[in-house]
Amino acid sequence: MNTVTVIGIGNRDRGDDAAGPAVIDALAAAPPPGARLLTAPGDMLALLDLWGDAGHVILVDAMAAQAAPGRVLRLDAGDAALTTALGNFASSHAFDLAEAIELGRALGRLPSRLVIYGIEGEHFDHGQPPGAAVQAAVAEVGQRIRAEVGTCTKHP
Amino acid sequence: MTERRRIQVDYLARVEGEGALDVVIDGERVSNVSLRIFEPPRFFEGFLRGRDFREAPDITARICGICPVAYQMSAVHALEQLCGVTVDGPLRTLRRLLYCGEWIESHTLHVYMLHAPDFLGRHSVVELAQDAPQMVERGLRLKKAGNAIVALLGGREVHPINVRVGGFWKIPAPAEFRALGETLRAAREDALATVEWVAGFDFPDFERDYELVSLRHADEYPFNEGRIVSNRGLDIDQRDYHAHFEEHHVEHSTALHCRLRERGHYHVGPLARFALNFDRLRPAAREAATRAGIGATVRNPFKSIIVRAVEVVQAIDEAIAIIDGLELPPAPAVDVTPRAGTGLAATEAPRGLLHHTYRIDAAGLIEHAQIVPPTSQNQASIEDDLAAFIAPRVALADDALRWQCEQAVRNYDPCISCSTHFLQLSVERR
Repeated sequence: MNTVTVIGIGNRDRGDDAAGPAVIDALAAAPPPGARLLTAPGDMLALLDLWGDAGHVILVDAMAAQAAPGRVLRLDAGDAALTTALGNFASSHAFDLAEAIELGRALGRLPSRLVIYGIEGEHFDHGQPPGAAVQAAVAEVGQRIRAEVGTCTKHP
Repeated sequence: MTERRRIQVDYLARVEGEGALDVVIDGERVSNVSLRIFEPPRFFEGFLRGRDFREAPDITARICGICPVAYQMSAVHALEQLCGVTVDGPLRTLRRLLYCGEWIESHTLHVYMLHAPDFLGRHSVVELAQDAPQMVERGLRLKKAGNAIVALLGGREVHPINVRVGGFWKIPAPAEFRALGETLRAAREDALATVEWVAGFDFPDFERDYELVSLRHADEYPFNEGRIVSNRGLDIDQRDYHAHFEEHHVEHSTALHCRLRERGHYHVGPLARFALNFDRLRPAAREAATRAGIGATVRNPFKSIIVRAVEVVQAIDEAIAIIDGLELPPAPAVDVTPRAGTGLAATEAPRGLLHHTYRIDAAGLIEHAQIVPPTSQNQASIEDDLAAFIAPRVALADDALRWQCEQAVRNYDPCISCSTHFLQLSVERR
């Protein structure tokens, strides 16, 4: 069976930034066959090691607030507009998701298939749970990833 | 009429956190340099009030994703000092090992991912990776070795959870330390090659006569312990910090500035540690520094990248020595019973001296906490550097000047998240 590595990025203790790990929790409740479920708390450079030589990787991360909390965006690392779109992902660190992906590309360390789900957040306060709109989006993204993993593991 | 120039960079990348820099040039004169940190205060000292003293290492670890160990170490040392407990022997040694891990990962992140691109004319490490992938791969390997220490002894790579007042929650098994030793031995060549690589960069001709402040220990390169000393005669116990240093508010920053009460601005971090503790370096680190062409005192802040690389060699050799002579503690921690009082301690974060003060009541609840991070202490020194650096370079075109100003700020590896978060840079010429 093919495997798909799913990585939830974000800080569980900072409001809507918990979207990525929350999707992993939702999937882990009934793990989809063939899925490897991981979380990445903050060090984006660690992503390259986390996905290692995995061929198919799905990342889930919160996006910065714009106008529609809970909005879901699905990107493919092959998209030309990837870098622009990734500029919307929230990071308080010196090295962000876009740079990690482009560094992986420059080093020839990108998975052959890399999909990114973004969930637009609204509040990123310390010690707060994710808001209702993001919680609804977490459920939706969990279902979409479950379907995507099912399709990919059955049909290489 | 004097020409006023204003150069603006809306976002200074490759620093940890968010702030802005304003430079005003009137004709040939630099009339103002303000490192503006406008991140709202993060209120960690407020969060600590009313909490049990044993929670301090876990709460303060959340201040920074890059240097959480430093926050944990300053917290536990201050609280143990307050409670009259000394943690020594193997537990003390294992704390040094954990700190080695943080220095390796933090310094390597800065050297390779944030600062080296400046010296090589690249806008980012992604551009560097396109031209020299083997260099960037070496940096990633080295950082991974540091992460391995923090993951093993800290419980996880980011925001470690295994540190407690009195020691650790759990001590890893001997076989896990042996495997870590092999990882570090493999990383040693990468560390030495890094020193050689950065020593070959071109450095701007620029030096400043800083008052350098760091810890100094009787026989170790300082991590957790030592007296606070300077190259201008300061030599004080950590508990006397507030008698000699003071924080003050400036309008353009939400992070407090610091000064020595007697003499004003000062400089903490790798340059200070190195100058004040050169004789405490392990032989391989000292030899690497000598081969790199730097002596005990480096006054060119741009060469801090070499000093960081030397400190990575130091941390790797220290970590290997600790693991080779490993003696496991009989228990993961010693008991610490709270008593009312005040405790103060400083340790050497990768970016410099990090001082914590706590007052707790007899039940162990924190009544007062004061945290003075290295980037706060260096804010004035960064502004002084820029004023002195720009003055003979005002004829440079705005783009060139902006590039070099950003590079000069990055000499400090500023962790603005720690001191409060976004750095924008503007230069106004009038």
